[in-house]
Amino acid sequence: MSKRLVNILTPIFAVILGIIFGTIIMLVSGYNPIEAFIALGQGAFGDVYQIGEVVRQVTPYILAGLAVAFAFRVGLFNIGVEGQFIVGWLAAVWVGVTFDLPAIIHLPLAILAAMIAGGLWAFVPGLLKARFRVHEVIVTIMMNYIALHTVNYIVNTKMNQGSSKTAKIHETASLRSEWLSDFTTGSSIHWGIIIAIICCFIMWFLLEKTTRGYELRAVGFNQDAAHYAGMNVNKNIILSMVISGCFAGIAGAMEGLGTFGYMAVQGGFTGVGFNGIAVALLGGNTALGVFFAALLFGILKIGALSMPLAGVPKELVDIIIALIVFFVASSYIIRIVLERFSKKEVK
Amino acid sequence: MSGLLFSLSNTVLATASNGHSGLSLMQILMIVVPSTLLWAAPLVFTSLGGVFSERSGVVNIGLEGLMVIGAFSSIVFNLTFSDTFGSATPWIALLVAMAAGAIFSILHAVAAITFRADHTVSGVAINLLAVGLTMFLVKLIYDKGETDIIKHSFGKVDIPILKKIPYIGEIFFQNTYWTSFVAIIVAVIAWFFIYKTPFGLRLRSVGEHPMAADTMGINVTKMRYYGVIISGALGGIGGGVYAQSISQNFNHATISGQGFMALAAMIFGKWHPLGAMGAALFFGFAQSISIIGSSLPFLSNIPNVYLFIAPYVLTILALTGFIGRAEAPKADGVHYIKGSR
Repeated sequence: MSKRLVNILTPIFAVILGIIFGTIIMLVSGYNPIEAFIALGQGAFGDVYQIGEVVRQVTPYILAGLAVAFAFRVGLFNIGVEGQFIVGWLAAVWVGVTFDLPAIIHLPLAILAAMIAGGLWAFVPGLLKARFRVHEVIVTIMMNYIALHTVNYIVNTKMNQGSSKTAKIHETASLRSEWLSDFTTGSSIHWGIIIAIICCFIMWFLLEKTTRGYELRAVGFNQDAAHYAGMNVNKNIILSMVISGCFAGIAGAMEGLGTFGYMAVQGGFTGVGFNGIAVALLGGNTALGVFFAALLFGILKIGALSMPLAGVPKELVDIIIALIVFFVASSYIIRIVLERFSKKEVK
Repeated sequence: MSGLLFSLSNTVLATASNGHSGLSLMQILMIVVPSTLLWAAPLVFTSLGGVFSERSGVVNIGLEGLMVIGAFSSIVFNLTFSDTFGSATPWIALLVAMAAGAIFSILHAVAAITFRADHTVSGVAINLLAVGLTMFLVKLIYDKGETDIIKHSFGKVDIPILKKIPYIGEIFFQNTYWTSFVAIIVAVIAWFFIYKTPFGLRLRSVGEHPMAADTMGINVTKMRYYGVIISGALGGIGGGVYAQSISQNFNHATISGQGFMALAAMIFGKWHPLGAMGAALFFGFAQSISIIGSSLPFLSNIPNVYLFIAPYVLTILALTGFIGRAEAPKADGVHYIKGSR
């Protein structure tokens, strides 16, 4: 069996295994899995409203997935997408609230601000990794909490317009449109999905078609070899974290400028960043893979909201997603099974 | 939790309005120290768990999830059996939490050691799974989003004999919690285990240089399984302590970041049991100050955001080497594959 085929089959097997285990859990708990999955399907595709909601949910997942995947390709694990996402959200809302500009400048400026905020937040772990060899996993986790508390503090004290929320962003910075909303009978869909798809292309082009992308991937494969070939490893490490943070920041802008239109004090993490890890892993860290994985998780998450109609708690989907991550991570064992399987076929 | 905060701030206010215009140092200490010990206890247990796992060479980002499992199982046991066991319930529930954490951590061990999964990814999966599974079960068992408040929790106690020591007794041993002292004792035991017994030497050796350990006849896989399972047990206890002394019930936000803070404490304590304990006590101090600080005279002007982020900033500084460099065990997060070099 070719390596390419194995690479495609592994995530598919992981998803199937996740769903099988989810079904077993439902059976053991005395729920009807068929009814539950029908409810999930209707919750995701029942009518245009639900499809609009799925698209809205998929948008930040794609971007968060791209952020994690981009860093992975350079051999870095960015668990800090959650934090970069939150600061991006705040930066976008800040621009959206503060300035009065025509839409053609205001919207790009707000997204740019989110990019810069996310990029700067990721710059710190990148710099510490490059300069002091500090493991980026720990630093990004710590940066997540620093982001959460700092952003909450700013929203609460500097931008609070009552009930722990900022003011609504100006219409000129909004990604929402009447037309899209009406078309999907009032869902919270917005134009962000176009930006997310463009970002998929950017990630693919940057990594596969440019010299810089080649260098970044080389550093990801083998730092010593890249160094020996005359590439600046430290510069590439910092750059990859910053680009990763930019993607995460844009994901935050999607929530700030599209879904919500404001920023509220967060009681805890939104989970977008952590789901981004799941998306990136399942998508094999490629742009196209991230797109499809985000689509799957978006469908599962929105569909899950209707599962209580069949009497099943929506958390079942979280269990399935966690199991999928588990099986993708343990792909070593899936690969061995697949290889055994294919060898037998040859004989 | 809000109930507890309320009662804490009430205590402060009551003490403050006790005729004096400000609080004496003694009064401040009598508020701050018990509260620090309260918040530190779960962190101490869990960070010790982290030490065991990472010393054996398995990165454990899943501490948060293990705490969730411990919190959930202790609350469910407490609610179910409080009539049977009476005031001993929290302690028995703690044992249940320990067992649940240990069993759940086997998942991480199997993935990270046997299936050669990336340790960090597997840890993330543990965290996601723990929250999903426990909330699923809460809805299955109680048919609502959170459990009831437990009847028997770890209440305030005066430690016998020690409480009579002048000054020190009043500050450290009155109005305090047994669990905090158990945590400190466990930290000392953990230090003894890791540094003074053959088991500890083996545990550390598979985390530093698994191949050398293997040549000396140590079963690397087995030692790493022990490390992870002990961390699961301690993480479960940490969650059980938090749930039964601070939150008093279980919902999706009961454990929100305590596991990661314990991870930070482990690193800030340089992967050493007593260091981790010290760091956990300090982080407990920061947490309790951020909650009661607004009622203390000298802290009311400082925005509590600084106290909230202090543990995390300090950990980054410690890793960077500004406060004595923290070095992880050499083979932390590295798979041991027999025969590879």
